[in-house]
Amino acid sequence: MDKIISYDQAMTFIKNGSRIMLSGFGDIGVALGFVKRILSSDLHDLTIIDNDGGYPDEPKGQLIISGKVSKLITTFIGLNPEASKLYHAGELNIEFIPQGTFVEAVRAAGYGLGGVLTKTGLGTMLGEGRQTVNIDGDYYLIEKPIKGDIALIRAKQSDKFGNLIFDYCERNYAPYMAMAADLVIAEVKEIVNPEEWDPNNIMVPGIFIDYIVVEQNKK
Amino acid sequence: MDTRNFIAKNVATLIQNNEIVNLGIGIPTLVVNHLPADVQMIIHAECGTIGCGKILDNQGGRYNGYNIVDATGTAVELIQGGCVVDSAMSFGIIRGGHLTCSVLGAMQVDEQGNLANWNAPNQRITGAGGAMDLAVGSRKLIIATKHTSKNDEPKIVKNLTMPLTAAGVVDYVVTELAIIRIKNGRVYLEALAPGITVEEVQAKTGAELVIPNLNSIKNMIE
Repeated sequence: MDKIISYDQAMTFIKNGSRIMLSGFGDIGVALGFVKRILSSDLHDLTIIDNDGGYPDEPKGQLIISGKVSKLITTFIGLNPEASKLYHAGELNIEFIPQGTFVEAVRAAGYGLGGVLTKTGLGTMLGEGRQTVNIDGDYYLIEKPIKGDIALIRAKQSDKFGNLIFDYCERNYAPYMAMAADLVIAEVKEIVNPEEWDPNNIMVPGIFIDYIVVEQNKK
Repeated sequence: MDTRNFIAKNVATLIQNNEIVNLGIGIPTLVVNHLPADVQMIIHAECGTIGCGKILDNQGGRYNGYNIVDATGTAVELIQGGCVVDSAMSFGIIRGGHLTCSVLGAMQVDEQGNLANWNAPNQRITGAGGAMDLAVGSRKLIIATKHTSKNDEPKIVKNLTMPLTAAGVVDYVVTELAIIRIKNGRVYLEALAPGITVEEVQAKTGAELVIPNLNSIKNMIE
């Protein structure tokens, strides 16, 4: 099966109302080609599941405040004040989760776990509405798994099987989002011949990757 | 030396050699510049960087292909021996007690060591990012902050009035006036800035200062 497809083919998998997991930390490790294409599409009512609200001067931050996104599940939007404004105006539904809990909730979804037990957020506004559980005398709150319809991840290299290698901080959420969504698309800088690399170095196995798109960010 | 660097320099006195440290935005970032020559620390950043080095001003600019950053997304060098991990391990380091120290800012700290540093009332909501995990998980938590707010209200208070970040977590508060140790529900005055009296610090502190022995109060370094 050939997993390598074009952006146009890949974009057909994204529908109105899709829950899109977007790997990335700020502007690092973001599948920029997809973000740009979603931004210039007619898609709407999207849910974005993403570490942060990006910056107002780049496509991820612009997508979040574009009106195409109706819900954002995130950890921090402090660098995109417009997202805060939309939230307070009731125009953007945002669910805030502490960052360490966010990644574990994504991981739980992909790993077949019923949720996460964590002390982070206990007694705080972000812990409201969560069940708590006492384990050997210590309280933990329960965070439910976070799933996506589609995960868009970014990597440095892929082989034709979708085995991935990342460049430093690009990796961030990718290994977990790749397991937590029904369909996973990797945007990669280059395709490598499997004979040219050492499988020891593979960071995400290709079994999680449905499609691969080679980046074209100049469009 | 300006106030911010004075605070950062005194925070540095609380950090031992080879600690694994996370530095928050603002005054905490300046601590790097004030470590004694015989103290080295490994700087951890939420994005997964273990061993943040020098800030690379010339690597600024988005999506330019340089992917080693600190928690603010600023391009940094990776120190020799450094590496990068994914987000789950990065926060496992934090929550799992592998981070020996965090230095963060604060809006309020109370005498139980409760911290408020993520969301001020009546301000636009931002989310907590990694702040709650850092506060909960760090083995030692140092708050680096001005002693009072912009409205001259004490930041060290009896009970928080601002939204909680994490309960019972603060160990030290370092300000331009004093080094405060918080332990077992008591607020100990550990050190004073040059020319500052106990009475002045107490007047600007919303909780009762405990001073076991006047002679034991140290001097902050300039």
